[in-house]
Amino acid sequence: MAESQAILQASDVVETNERSLFKKLIRNRFAAFGLFIMLLLILTAIFAPILATHSPDKMNVTKTLLGIGAEGHLLGTDNYGRDIFSRLVYGARISILVGLGAVLFGAVIGSLLGVIAGYFGGKFDSIIMRIMDGLSAFPFILLAITLMSVLGQGLLNVIIAIGIGNIPGFARVVRGQVLSVKQSEYIEVTRSLGAKHGRIIFHHVLPNSIAPLIVYATMSIAGAIISEASLSFLGLGVQPPTASWGSMLQDGKNFLVLNPHMATIPGLAILITVVGINLFGDGLRDALDPKMKV
Amino acid sequence: MSEPLLKVRDLRKYFPIDSPIPFKRSNQSVKAVDGVSFDVMPGETLGVVGESGCGKSTMARLVNQLIPPSSGTVEFRGENLVGMDAKKLRETRKSIQMVFQDPYASLDPRKTVGELIAEPLVIHRIGDKASQKKRVLELLEVVGLSHYHAKRYPYEFSGGQRQRINIARALVLNPDIIICDEPVSALDVSVQAQVINLLKELQRDYNLTYIFISHDLNVVRYMCDRIAVMYLGKIVEMGTYKEIYENPKHPYTKALLSAIPKESPHDNKERIILKDAVPNPINPPTGCHFHERCPYMMDICSTKIPQLMDTGNGHIASCHLLEEN
Repeated sequence: MAESQAILQASDVVETNERSLFKKLIRNRFAAFGLFIMLLLILTAIFAPILATHSPDKMNVTKTLLGIGAEGHLLGTDNYGRDIFSRLVYGARISILVGLGAVLFGAVIGSLLGVIAGYFGGKFDSIIMRIMDGLSAFPFILLAITLMSVLGQGLLNVIIAIGIGNIPGFARVVRGQVLSVKQSEYIEVTRSLGAKHGRIIFHHVLPNSIAPLIVYATMSIAGAIISEASLSFLGLGVQPPTASWGSMLQDGKNFLVLNPHMATIPGLAILITVVGINLFGDGLRDALDPKMKV
Repeated sequence: MSEPLLKVRDLRKYFPIDSPIPFKRSNQSVKAVDGVSFDVMPGETLGVVGESGCGKSTMARLVNQLIPPSSGTVEFRGENLVGMDAKKLRETRKSIQMVFQDPYASLDPRKTVGELIAEPLVIHRIGDKASQKKRVLELLEVVGLSHYHAKRYPYEFSGGQRQRINIARALVLNPDIIICDEPVSALDVSVQAQVINLLKELQRDYNLTYIFISHDLNVVRYMCDRIAVMYLGKIVEMGTYKEIYENPKHPYTKALLSAIPKESPHDNKERIILKDAVPNPINPPTGCHFHERCPYMMDICSTKIPQLMDTGNGHIASCHLLEEN
């Protein structure tokens, strides 16, 4: 009886923690806006087949380069007569997939390396971090281009290439955090209890290093979306005719003077998405910081 | 007389210091603990006092092998812990637990109190979930908390309560000896008394042995059966609390005791004020480490290191003054 009561109270504690985090986030108007943009993007990607008015790849030579608000084409058509709105909606799928996939890839490998470097220190630290330094010495796009030309085109390879570019950042953030958490007295206590490294790392060090990691990951999603657009713009991203915001920009660049909407619309989509994600990330950082009182 | 539970002999820890020149090994080191020997009898409380930086906490960590000593032996129930293989050490260390100084920093903020207290059981794979839970609830009662506290997080507790949680965690494996590294120095005086009384009660109920490290002489006097006084990594005097408080032999102990505030303004107590601060442990003074600050300094003090001498009643001290008499 008493135990079940205790369990009930415990779930209360956890819930109030999460609830207050969400409250703090929502009270920050910029973060709320960011969250709204992100939800909109995710919903768009999920419901793309329902939202799209046309097939994104279907050409129509009789209706090329229609302007915004043309009949039957909300945002006009491109030089092949494809519906821009539909391509935009399907392009959101690529952006989300690459954004989340690349960040997940980079975060998992980067964090693992960062934890090893920070926790064990010494030679592990020197070797891992010097490799990370080497990796980040290349300009990000140059690195991605090199990787794409090695791996070949394709969505999965885009994710891997951008993910590899994200590894050093995560390794650095996690290593720094681990270095400070490692010094805490409760880690020494756990050691004195006879815990092995694995338990200390996964039960104590990582959970206490996670907050800045979440914030950094959120911010990185925006970067990954831009990177995908850049790669597609350079013709190294997803294969045409698959719609991606970057490839749409690329298609539109030749028509900038007479039909600026072709490039402007995907450009705006990227801008709004990235600003939204960054605002959300900022808000998340503030909400997770216990010293910040909103 | 029974066998000592813990036998420490000539324990040393030198921390090498980085050379200012890169890639060059420095041969200088901080002699944090420099040849410490003592016995701890079952059921007694050994107090360790000294200024900050004299090696008290390092010694505590050396005793349970949290940091490996440079040399010396630590025998627990006749078995040397130094150089013991990791698996056996983990097993033996179940009987040696620690309570740390800072109750705020020594609890992982992301674990519930129940998880924290159960952790030693989980680490050593003792019992199933249900029995671990039962043990946690039992210990919460023992240290004066309630069963519903198990599901709360450390930030919801006061310093005194957190130290009770730390004590519960140290007790969960039924240890023989608990090393308390300044367990009450971060607490308010009123809370200090509660925690100290709890420690005393537990000692009576569970037949515990304590090594009690503190810089508060009043706390030590209340808690301890025997007291070791440390100065710059060495034990300079050791004896029963009665001997140390009523008949201190070493000038440093006398100075420490004179620093206890008088109970009445009319008490006629002489205050010995020591010159300077504690010398640099990288470069301790020659001869007796204390000679530069000692009010009774003689010529021999700066050249010859005094040995610990038995002055009767189990009271030992290291001072050239004792040799004279």
